[in-house]
Amino acid sequence: MFQETVTILESRQVADNVHTLAFASERIARATRPGQFLNIKPNSSLDPLLRRAYSVHRIEGDRVEIIYNIVGQGSAIFASKRPGDPLDVLGPLGVPFHYEGEYATAVLVSGGVGIAPMPVLGAALAALGKRVINIHGARTAGMIANDGRLIDPRFATDDGSLGFRGNVVGALGQYLEQEGAADLRVFACGPNRMLSALGGFCNARGIALEVSLECQMACGIGICQGCPVEMGTGDRKYTLVCTHGPNYDFRDIILDSLPSVH
Amino acid sequence: MPSTEITIRNVTFKNPVLTASGTFGYGLECEAFLDVSRLGGVVTKSISRKPRDGNPPQRIAETTAGMLNSIGLANVGVDVFLQSKLPLLRERGATTIVNIAASSIEEYCEVLEMCEEQEGVSGYEINVSCPNVKDGGLNFGTHCPSVAQITRELRRRTEKMLAIKLTPNVTSIGEFARACEAEGADAVSCVNTFIGMAVDVRTRRPKIATITGGYSGPAIKPIALAKVYEARKAVSIPIIGIGGIMSAEDAIEFMIVGASLVQVGTALFIDPAAGVKIAAGIEGYLAEQKMDSVRDLIGSLDTSMQPSLIAAGWS
Ligand SMILES: Cc1cc2nc3c(=O)[nH]c(=O)nc-3n(C[C@H](O)[C@H](O)[C@H](O)COP(=O)(O)OP(=O)(O)OC[C@H]3O[C@@H](n4cnc5c(N)ncnc54)[C@H](O)[C@@H]3O)c2cc1C
Ligand SMILES: Cc1cc2nc3c(=O)[nH]c(=O)nc-3n(C[C@H](O)[C@H](O)[C@H](O)COP(=O)(O)O)c2cc1C
Ligand code: FES
Repeated sequence: MFQETVTILESRQVADNVHTLAFASERIARATRPGQFLNIKPNSSLDPLLRRAYSVHRIEGDRVEIIYNIVGQGSAIFASKRPGDPLDVLGPLGVPFHYEGEYATAVLVSGGVGIAPMPVLGAALAALGKRVINIHGARTAGMIANDGRLIDPRFATDDGSLGFRGNVVGALGQYLEQEGAADLRVFACGPNRMLSALGGFCNARGIALEVSLECQMACGIGICQGCPVEMGTGDRKYTLVCTHGPNYDFRDIILDSLPSVH
Repeated sequence: MPSTEITIRNVTFKNPVLTASGTFGYGLECEAFLDVSRLGGVVTKSISRKPRDGNPPQRIAETTAGMLNSIGLANVGVDVFLQSKLPLLRERGATTIVNIAASSIEEYCEVLEMCEEQEGVSGYEINVSCPNVKDGGLNFGTHCPSVAQITRELRRRTEKMLAIKLTPNVTSIGEFARACEAEGADAVSCVNTFIGMAVDVRTRRPKIATITGGYSGPAIKPIALAKVYEARKAVSIPIIGIGGIMSAEDAIEFMIVGASLVQVGTALFIDPAAGVKIAAGIEGYLAEQKMDSVRDLIGSLDTSMQPSLIAAGWS
């Protein structure tokens, strides 16, 4: 965990309302594990006040990249950044994906900007010798950065403009029909509604599913108690997404306890 | 080097900057960012007799230069606190003030008595004013005779520093401060969060689950300063100034108005080391102003009237 003022290397739009921001930080690049996130201050002003949470999307050497949608004040400020600008970053935060273990195939399912943690996770899985495939969905082809950032990608679009017509759950079903569900784990990130549907699908088939959650945070480091999600197992009522999450076995949490954000 | 020490009752704080309750966990979560022994002190999350789960999500919402929270006093309870948190705070050299919350006078007394038996507790801050719980909390904090009674009962039970943390959600905070002073409190902490609210206009739903919640952050600083000023005029015991402090300058404002110590809360969510930086900033200011001691700042507000105002009958 570091707090560091880094320098922006690149700020780009990579698809409809999908932007990336890259910066240099040797320490963060080296310390980050798959599924961890950063808490980034949009600017030095008191408004917006709080940091924004973003998964680490890609790491190449000292270069760290995030990928995001513009949804409000903070993200609009990020999109106005230019190379050379400073950025106040705190991280890496959260518990990484639990991706080690005995299994052959990892299916990484993402919706929209839920693509964020998948490249770092995919690379770590490949390094462990797992077979990695990605299923990535969006409303239309224009919202997908189809530029080689995912390992073995299969796409799903609501309008059929790229890949499978329908959602990622449908696309996963099609994949499993063709390839079978043996010795496989699913890792997913995306809107709560998608995670919920995927959870139902995987539970019904006994497929292990780990989800990466997002919820509003004030601190990101466990000092405010602001980010609870209800537990489905164990004897504690709540878990804090920032420090015990954001990556959970789907069965351990009650997703519906989270109010929807965007 | 100017002196930055402040003594209240039998506790000497090495500088006037403490972390505010509920905004720094148990003081052990941020070791990557600062050495807690360099803070004036650490005020713990409010501790209750039994663990509390806290309120359902959504617990926080950002507002313009501020935030709302409805944490609902989620905490590990006094047993776990004393077993697994306090010894570590002691080891790390923190000056620890235990903040206590309760739903009955008996519960306040019980938690305090349990802490009395432990080493490493420098003093207490009593949260009579949390706006986020159904039972107790604000009911005590807005009822002056209750605040007086809590102060009296706790004073009988401890020789340690006893500060009462007041809610600003009352007509006259001075009256509450006077009641605390009369019952033997060593200090009053001003202020806890203001009651606030925010609505998502697309869904027409409140942004936090409890509909209203505690408003904090830089947006509240001017109102908090006015509350400290009001308390300053009402009592002569030390005041601990709280509300929207983001910088050394903010902290110095509170001290000039009359605070002997300050607490930094919401700022820690953005910079967990803010307390240490603010303490260093105060020291720099004292040196620059050629002041020997931070104590000379306290209550040094110049309210002498401009002649034109006096002439206009404003005296
Ligand atoms: C662990 C984690 C990882 C995330 N990773 C990504 C990512 O890789 N890419 C991406 O585009 N987004 C990601 N998000 C969501 C991202 O944090 C929000 O989109 C962002 O905070 C919106 O800020 P804003 O000022 O633009 O929006 P506003 O709506 O103006 O923000 C208002 C407040 O609400 C909070 N907020 C709004 N939406 C969200 C949200 N969905 N989740 C959490 N807080 C929110 C903001 O932080 C801010 O405090 C992640 C969230 C979490 C918790
Ligand atoms: C998330 C959060 C949790 C808080 N929890 C407590 C608490 O448990 N007990 C308490 O006395 N005050 C609590 N407070 C109030 C703060 O200690 C402080 O009085 C208030 O936030 C104003 O200061 P600030 O503007 O610097 O944050 C909390 C504040 C916030 C923002
Ligand atoms: S965001 Fe503060 S505890 Fe999780």
